Amino acid sequence: MSDVESALLSAVRLVFTLDRDLAEIIGLSMRVSLSAVAVAALIGVPLGGALALLRFPGRKTVIVLLNAFMGLPPVVVGLAVYLMLSRLGPMGVFGLLYSPAAMIIAQSVLVTPIVAALSRQVFVDFWSEYEDQLRSLGAGRGRAILTLAWDARSSLVPPVLAGFGRATAEVGAVMIVGGNIDHVTRVMTTTIALETSKGNLAMAMGLGIVLVLLSLAVNASVFIASEAAAKSGR
Amino acid sequence: MGRSDQYPSVLQTVPGPGDFRGPRMVPGILPLEVRRVSLDMGSRRLLDDLNFTVKSGSFTIILGPNGAGKSLTLRLCHGLLRPTVGEVLWRGIAAREVPKHQTMVFQRPMMLRRSVTANIEYGLRLQGMGRRQRRERIAEVLKLAGLEALAGRAARSLSIGEQQRVAIARAWALRPQVLFLDEPAANLDPSATRAIEGVLRAVHNSGTKIVMSTHDLPQAKRLADEILFLHRGRLLEQSSADTFFDNPVTTEAQAFVEGELLW
Repeated sequence: MSDVESALLSAVRLVFTLDRDLAEIIGLSMRVSLSAVAVAALIGVPLGGALALLRFPGRKTVIVLLNAFMGLPPVVVGLAVYLMLSRLGPMGVFGLLYSPAAMIIAQSVLVTPIVAALSRQVFVDFWSEYEDQLRSLGAGRGRAILTLAWDARSSLVPPVLAGFGRATAEVGAVMIVGGNIDHVTRVMTTTIALETSKGNLAMAMGLGIVLVLLSLAVNASVFIASEAAAKSGR
Repeated sequence: MGRSDQYPSVLQTVPGPGDFRGPRMVPGILPLEVRRVSLDMGSRRLLDDLNFTVKSGSFTIILGPNGAGKSLTLRLCHGLLRPTVGEVLWRGIAAREVPKHQTMVFQRPMMLRRSVTANIEYGLRLQGMGRRQRRERIAEVLKLAGLEALAGRAARSLSIGEQQRVAIARAWALRPQVLFLDEPAANLDPSATRAIEGVLRAVHNSGTKIVMSTHDLPQAKRLADEILFLHRGRLLEQSSADTFFDNPVTTEAQAFVEGELLW
């Protein structure tokens, strides 16, 4: 049996016996990414609605920037957040660097443009259908954004899930601002990078399996959610 | 249906939004005056020098073939569009965004993704009406539109004819003084059309002024007190229904009344 095969076996064993270290790492990953996505949804969905419905100077610039930021390199975001949070940075007094909070901030920055840009498109589509009727009933733009957010709720799930996929998959940002400290800021992706370089393939592959399963689950949910959205559309 | 003497034209008793002291007097918003209105899109002139006045009381039908500019005229009157030239005046005052006390029902009913009741309630909420009053008003319009059995259904699961009745009920629940309707029965079968015309008669009899567009000559004959005949973006005739159908003045109107294919 080759090294890879035996490592794969022990990886499967780690996953199915719910190894304590493994579970802790998965738990922290989920906590960080879910929090980041919650923050991104709270900012990104209303921002997407505002960009779709409101007309203000600089609107097009913001849209272009958001679309560009969808592909931000995680390490650059990590570096920027690092500079903000480091002792000498503007938010250094809070002492957040190398904590899960710092990782949540970095991932929120990374994911918010994705949620905002994708949900803007959803709002644009719904607004073209709803505009005349809502204006006719006397709904202001703020009210209209709320109405659309509610009516488009199932169509807004895929943007948020896309953000979640991005958050769980990235390494660079959490590595830089979290520092990959054992039992404190070690998440799935940073562990895989570390254990692989250490030659501990079992742990790396175990986490890899979990990450892939998670990604599958997210994409299956996106599919189911968009099916449901299409169904409720008529 | 010409019973214009029944309706007070200057002051109507309309409950104010969120007004708990009982009904208050709201000045009537009619007459609606469209003065020298033209509408351009790009280099094309879609509406050309429209001049007419809409008064309370009568059931007004904007009649004309497809592409005559009926929908655009209604949107201009309602306030969704601004004229390129000219002005739209309500009781002599130029309209702002979408003026209050008048609502519109569109050709394709737009249902919110919620129940029939919630669709009707949405407009009432926007007016800041209290919950108890909302419930009473909803029960009332559901009954008028014959929608009681469908109240809890998802609005989008209904047939188009039923959706159109929900749209009319939603608009009428706001107790508008003027209700604009853009071909509300287009593409509907006779029974759905009859149901909608029944609702429209009830709305008219309640004292709400109806301005409705149609290209359907028999329907215009069934409903109209007054006809505005549009053709290629121009208003060719405004007269009482009897005069229009018996003695149309222009050759276009004559052709239309005789059922020739006009475009």
